[in-house]
Amino acid sequence: MLGEGILKGLSETAKNFAGSFVSKERLTTVEYPEERAPLPEATRVFPFLVYDGSDWQAGMRCVACQICEKECPPKCIYIEKSKDKKPDYVGKMQIYPARFEIDVSVCMSCQICVEVCPFEAIKMDSEFELSTDDRFGGLLHDRKRLAKSNEYYHSIHPTEAAEVDARLAEEKAKVEAKAKAAAEAAAAKATASAKAAEVAPAANAASKPAGGAEESKA
Amino acid sequence: MSAPTTDLSMQLARQEGWNRPPVIEPGGEGELLELAMGPHHPSTHGVFRMDVVLDGERVIKLKPVFGYLHRNHEKIAENTSYLASMPYTDRLDYFCSLTNNWAYALAVEKLSAQAVPERAEYLRVILAEFTRIQNHASTIGFLLQEMGASGTPLMYAFREREKILDLFESLTGSRMMCNYMRFGGCRVDASAAWLDAARKVVSGLPEFVDEFERFLRTNEILMARAQGMGVLRPELAVNAGITGPMLRASGVNYDIRKVDHYGIYDRFKFRVPLGDHWDIYDRYMVRMLEMRESIGILEQALKEIPGGPVMDPKAKIRGFRPKPGEAYGRIEGPKGELGFYLISDGSPNPYRYRVRPPSLINLTVLEDMCLGHNVADVVLIFGSVDIVLGEVDR
Repeated sequence: MLGEGILKGLSETAKNFAGSFVSKERLTTVEYPEERAPLPEATRVFPFLVYDGSDWQAGMRCVACQICEKECPPKCIYIEKSKDKKPDYVGKMQIYPARFEIDVSVCMSCQICVEVCPFEAIKMDSEFELSTDDRFGGLLHDRKRLAKSNEYYHSIHPTEAAEVDARLAEEKAKVEAKAKAAAEAAAAKATASAKAAEVAPAANAASKPAGGAEESKA
Repeated sequence: MSAPTTDLSMQLARQEGWNRPPVIEPGGEGELLELAMGPHHPSTHGVFRMDVVLDGERVIKLKPVFGYLHRNHEKIAENTSYLASMPYTDRLDYFCSLTNNWAYALAVEKLSAQAVPERAEYLRVILAEFTRIQNHASTIGFLLQEMGASGTPLMYAFREREKILDLFESLTGSRMMCNYMRFGGCRVDASAAWLDAARKVVSGLPEFVDEFERFLRTNEILMARAQGMGVLRPELAVNAGITGPMLRASGVNYDIRKVDHYGIYDRFKFRVPLGDHWDIYDRYMVRMLEMRESIGILEQALKEIPGGPVMDPKAKIRGFRPKPGEAYGRIEGPKGELGFYLISDGSPNPYRYRVRPPSLINLTVLEDMCLGHNVADVVLIFGSVDIVLGEVDR
């Protein structure tokens, strides 16, 4: 019958139109600025730098190794190393980025920088409203603007952040255990040499290691 | 499976002048009109130009012009590390980034003899089949839009596609630029909740395909405009290197999932739909049936998916340098055979990186299909090829 297809099509449209008032399933759109669809946890938009504690400069995890700068596919990361050093989360002295900038207009949100970072310092943000009227300064985010706290990271990617924290804590414990073992070994060595000095006092009277051992005992 | 294709090409090689397009003589009294369709034409799916010579409404000559979206993909990949070209492959055919990822990962895995864990293989199949469904659904939607069904079928296709893209987003973090597969597995594991959500989407898909078919299969407009239009003979299809649904609609039984046995496709039961009339309607129907087969594969894969790691522990993320050699990895993408050819000289960058894009090669027979038809039908024939300009121009 001529026109059957049109009638069939229109009936489907009418069904969906009427149904959208009753069923949430049929109403697939969201009125964006007022209403927002929830973002999935895996959302990735633009990288940020994680810092521990409250001071973004002291707690910055990045050690300016420049791996992300090298691996970044569109080459939108610019890093300059610092001249001096600051302690990282295990207390080891490391250099830090004196300049760390990412160009929003070039970044393609691919997450390669996050994957290659060995220090868990760079992560993906879910903030997507990055438009600005400042064409030059506003699109080049500097390290102050990129720095975000670990708590913020926990708030946007809870499971991933918990895994990262566990891994870092394990590493820190390992480093501390190693330091403790090294200290004990040094102490044991010192006592052993002190004993050796006691056994043979006549040969080398008042030798320096024995003195050192006594100091460390005290 | 490959036997009939060789026979056809042999037959054709004996015929004279098979590679020359037919010459259509202008009739009537008017002058010929040279017209540039595109590059900014709503029906060209992007920036693409067809220089047509018209005799009234009839096309007597057609020259496709492309290159407007050239982004130097291959040369960029030769100047960055293997890993850094993975996000660029998303941007080739931006409708099916996951199959692009897979083809590239497959080529690199061949190059470096990298094993892939079982669970990652299953995840790849699941994501590739989802990609195929959403690509075919939107292709059919666009095709109908070009027939004048302004938007309605396309919106129903996109509603379904959006459900699949939501799955992609919650797993990979991005709707279209997924960047998910890695050399030796996948980037992140799918949670049990994600697999449940995927099962739910799959269970709703047959209903959508049924609905689509109920309205379209016997639709007067679709039948009047698609049947007998844009016939592509199997001999020409084989000799021009056409692959994918285009080739199967021309009746040639060639599906790389069956022929090449890549991944774990041997484990799944599915059929390869073939066309009988070689026209636009067959291309539409083959895509429709392929969607149904993909749903079958998805159901099997989601039932059988094992536990375990998704990434080979021996795989290297930083400092990846394959041994010198060459490899060609290819998959059955939604649009056809997508292949990556890589030559390694032992450095962190590939020495040569070549993409075999299905869209570009399927487009080469456009003139042969369009000659003698009206201008309005050229738009349809072009739509039935299913191209993405990001892949044509790279």
